[in-house]
Amino acid sequence: MAEVTLTIDGQSVKADEGMTILEAANAVGIHIPTLCWDPDLVPYGGCRLCIVQVEGLRGLPPSCTTQVADGMVVITENEEILTTRRLVVRLQLADHPVDCLNCRGNLDCGLQKLSRGLGIYGHGLPPTGREGTQDDSNAVFVRDMSKCVLCARCVRTCHEIVGVGAIELVGRGLGTEPAPFLAKDIRSSSCESCGECVVHCPTGALTFVNPHPVPATEANTVCPFCGTGCGITLGARNGKVVSARGNRDSPVNKGVLCVKGRFGSFEYVNHEDRLTTPMIRKAGELVEASWDEALELVATKLKAVKPSEFGAFTSAKVANEDNYLLQKFTRAVMKTNNIDHCARL
Amino acid sequence: MALPPELGRQDRLEPTEGEKTVNLDQRIQSAKDNWKAEQEGDDVRVYVGSATCGLAAGARGILNQLPGILADLNIEAQIVPVGCIGMCFAEPLVDIQEPGKPRVSYRNVSSEVLPSILEGQLKNGGPPKEWVFGTLGEGHYGELGRLEEMAVLAPQRRIALRNCGWIDPTLLDHYLARDGYVGLQRALGMKPEEVIQEVVDSGLRGRGGGGFPTGLKWSFCRKAKGDQKYLICNADEGDPGAFMDRSVLEGDPHAVLEGMAIAAYAIGASVAYIYIRAEYPLAVQRLLHAMDQMREIGVLGKDLLGSGFDLEIKIKQGAGAFVCGEETALIASIEGQRGMPRPRPPFPANQGLFGKPSNVNNVETLGNVASILREGSKWYSGFGTTESPGTKTFALTGKVNNPGLIEVPMGITLREVVYGVGGGVLDGRPFKAAQTGGPSGGCLPEQFLDMPIEYASLAKAGSIMGSGGLVIMDDLTCTVDIARYFLTFTQNESCGKCTPCRVGTKEMLTILERICDGKGQEGDIELLEELGDSIKKASLCGLGQTAPNPTLTTIKYFREEYEAHIRDHTCPGQTCKALLPVDSEATLVHTGLIRMTADRCDACGKCVEACAVAHSESKDPELAMNEDPLPRPRVRLQPVRGVTVPTSCRHCEAAACVLVCPTGAMAKTGQGGPVLCDDDVCIGCSACVIACPYGVPEAYLEGEKITKCDLCIDRLDKGGIPACVEACPTTCLEWVKR
Repeated sequence: MAEVTLTIDGQSVKADEGMTILEAANAVGIHIPTLCWDPDLVPYGGCRLCIVQVEGLRGLPPSCTTQVADGMVVITENEEILTTRRLVVRLQLADHPVDCLNCRGNLDCGLQKLSRGLGIYGHGLPPTGREGTQDDSNAVFVRDMSKCVLCARCVRTCHEIVGVGAIELVGRGLGTEPAPFLAKDIRSSSCESCGECVVHCPTGALTFVNPHPVPATEANTVCPFCGTGCGITLGARNGKVVSARGNRDSPVNKGVLCVKGRFGSFEYVNHEDRLTTPMIRKAGELVEASWDEALELVATKLKAVKPSEFGAFTSAKVANEDNYLLQKFTRAVMKTNNIDHCARL
Repeated sequence: MALPPELGRQDRLEPTEGEKTVNLDQRIQSAKDNWKAEQEGDDVRVYVGSATCGLAAGARGILNQLPGILADLNIEAQIVPVGCIGMCFAEPLVDIQEPGKPRVSYRNVSSEVLPSILEGQLKNGGPPKEWVFGTLGEGHYGELGRLEEMAVLAPQRRIALRNCGWIDPTLLDHYLARDGYVGLQRALGMKPEEVIQEVVDSGLRGRGGGGFPTGLKWSFCRKAKGDQKYLICNADEGDPGAFMDRSVLEGDPHAVLEGMAIAAYAIGASVAYIYIRAEYPLAVQRLLHAMDQMREIGVLGKDLLGSGFDLEIKIKQGAGAFVCGEETALIASIEGQRGMPRPRPPFPANQGLFGKPSNVNNVETLGNVASILREGSKWYSGFGTTESPGTKTFALTGKVNNPGLIEVPMGITLREVVYGVGGGVLDGRPFKAAQTGGPSGGCLPEQFLDMPIEYASLAKAGSIMGSGGLVIMDDLTCTVDIARYFLTFTQNESCGKCTPCRVGTKEMLTILERICDGKGQEGDIELLEELGDSIKKASLCGLGQTAPNPTLTTIKYFREEYEAHIRDHTCPGQTCKALLPVDSEATLVHTGLIRMTADRCDACGKCVEACAVAHSESKDPELAMNEDPLPRPRVRLQPVRGVTVPTSCRHCEAAACVLVCPTGAMAKTGQGGPVLCDDDVCIGCSACVIACPYGVPEAYLEGEKITKCDLCIDRLDKGGIPACVEACPTTCLEWVKR
């Protein structure tokens, strides 16, 4: 890929062709505030916070959608840009409920960060009083559209990452908001409750019903719920698993989780009914046993059966490699084709 | 991802088989011969302006009755429905053409006067002068004035509108007779690059508002790499009060289609779209009809006129969003997505519809293209100014004597438009301002009357050319109210994508509303300027970037009016209700209203009975039944959408009954007071019965007098409440103090 050289804030910067100004600036540690920009999503250019000045271009183009060009001269911050950015955030604040202490997004809110970063205390504008749809029909997340900043990250996540497209922007003017088909509640939509939109929402507009506590330690592992093998980061506190999130470094899922991985992947870990050793039935009672003991018993019994008496079922919850091994074992060792899989239908 | 084009909705995909090879030159010649025969023949011809505007003004009734009237008078004549000639103020327009004479145009024709007009001109030897508007066309008809020489038409130069009102838009031969498809024929004989050069040389600039040089735009798309290219005709005319595109599409669809074919050939697009408002059904119908005719003569489909160039045109109807007039939002809408603008670059010329190189051109722009190719770029650039050659259509509206559709050369002054073509300000009042460019434009005061209208000068004055809305205001117009009106529109039509436009316009509107409401605060003007300035800079698309224009220009030129609202609590334009002076004589005596809650009505009829008794001589239910005349109730039970509700006078503020009353019997007793009818003055003409939109006043005593609700004014005087309210057992009717 061709390399271009441009000047950002007086600094000579090298960037790959096709990169945006924002990416080029971020790469050299120049911070440009954003709200609708998300590294996982196609640039949208809606929030107008990442505006910059580019020599030769009219007005204040957004750096998230403007591609770099050789010899480009960019200014990311001056009085005009700051005034306009501040006004955009003030407008957002005038359109936002003053309810931070009761908000689940408190202290993890893009709008709060922006206000602090730009030094805004009070917006000085008439509040719009927009009410926004309230929807608590989903079991795992709550939608409070009065807190929506219309960055459309939820909509884009659902379309671009998840591929479900359960929500889309509806309405016009100030009444625009993300909503499911026919603006019904989210439960009656095609939403699969993966919670990916909640993760990408910068404010308290989309929040989990049971937010995870902040973990003391985290460890990377593989989600046990199916054979896909998504990377998952479990967090623990006091020796118990309390949180799960997608592992962005995993090549399988790049941080994305489904409903099972996000909401159900760790509750069983510390469950009292969970089996932690093999069990062998002795005199009608299940008794804890060692792996050696258990495998010995299985091997003995298998040696005693004829091929026609043996059959194996395998599961989509285990990995492809394990499924392969079981069919190999069935055919090569047990000498039968009696092997089947739950996903064969 | 965008849908591939074949999956997008298509309104019509005609079969391309069975096309006949027609020699276009022969066809044009025969059309011309026919036209000549028609014009010079022995037939009397009656032209009726039948575009949507004419139909709305009553042309449908005239068209229906004409054959009967002609038969009654024993006159043989051809009836020709034509497009809009642009003179809305004179609709319905009927022209009568006798053989060998120019057309005599009659204005504001009703079916009542139509027989006398026809009889006058065709039987009694002369057009009845009281209805004559003027003559159209070459030559003179007696002493009648020629419209072309009158102030209303003389400054106009018609290129885009050249056929509107002259030809029957449903007849291909009419179009061909006026050199139709000659431009396309010439273009197909040239290289695409030569066609683009011709348009570049003509200096034609985008008529949709931006004013970008059309030829240059085409050349970008021509040069862009892509296996498929698209031409899009933007017919999503959304400015309030603008109807230029509709008139052209309805009155001369072939001109636009020919322009499209030329443009498509120039950029190399084999598929073209017309994105048109679904609110323009007649235009859609005319276009579809015209496209069928194009196939007949081989200028649509495969191998246009043997040039090897293929073209399909598809019509896509828009669902009615102003922002879809913005090219990237329009493209998203054709793709089947939500009509929201996309950041540019990439520009559509490189990456447009379905990600392919595309050109979006406005109807009027394309309407000019055929003429440029036919007559040559030199001819076209002879009109207008060097910077802005050609002509521009405007929808002239507001407080002006001759509102309508006009086409004038660029560089004409505002004064010539207002006082020449427009016939001056209504009622001879002083000119205050003109709003150009619709809701995205600016408000220009008197000092700009002599400024030439062209792209650069308008931009310098803080306004834009826009698509051609032109609203004239007199001294009784409040500029704050105008700013509020336009912002209400843009705020509603914001797509919601970017913050400055979505929230910023709402904030500006809230501030303007409170100023109009008399609750403006010191610092509001400065806040509006700050908001407006940032919204212009930071918005994503043209809608937001121009939405503050009406507010900013009115502040710039009429700041003292804003200050009067805020500091003195007065409205110099006498428009903002909350700031109007209270008439000292019209005191607020009876400050109350009857409130009716529809779902509480049991239709018991108690209100009707109580009203009749309250208006009887005796005021006694027993005795009232025997009075003569029988006392009449002023309230009645009326079924409305499935429920029965009591209906009585609303005591409107600007009551229609009061306005029409010729004797002044019907009068409003002060602001907020009841509308009363003075029996001593009433002559029973029943004008109020006709005028009332609610059907309240009723004639009685064989039509000598009028009854209507008097809000039980005598009971109110005694501190009581209206009888119907008192009698209502369900609180359906309530007395609400103001």
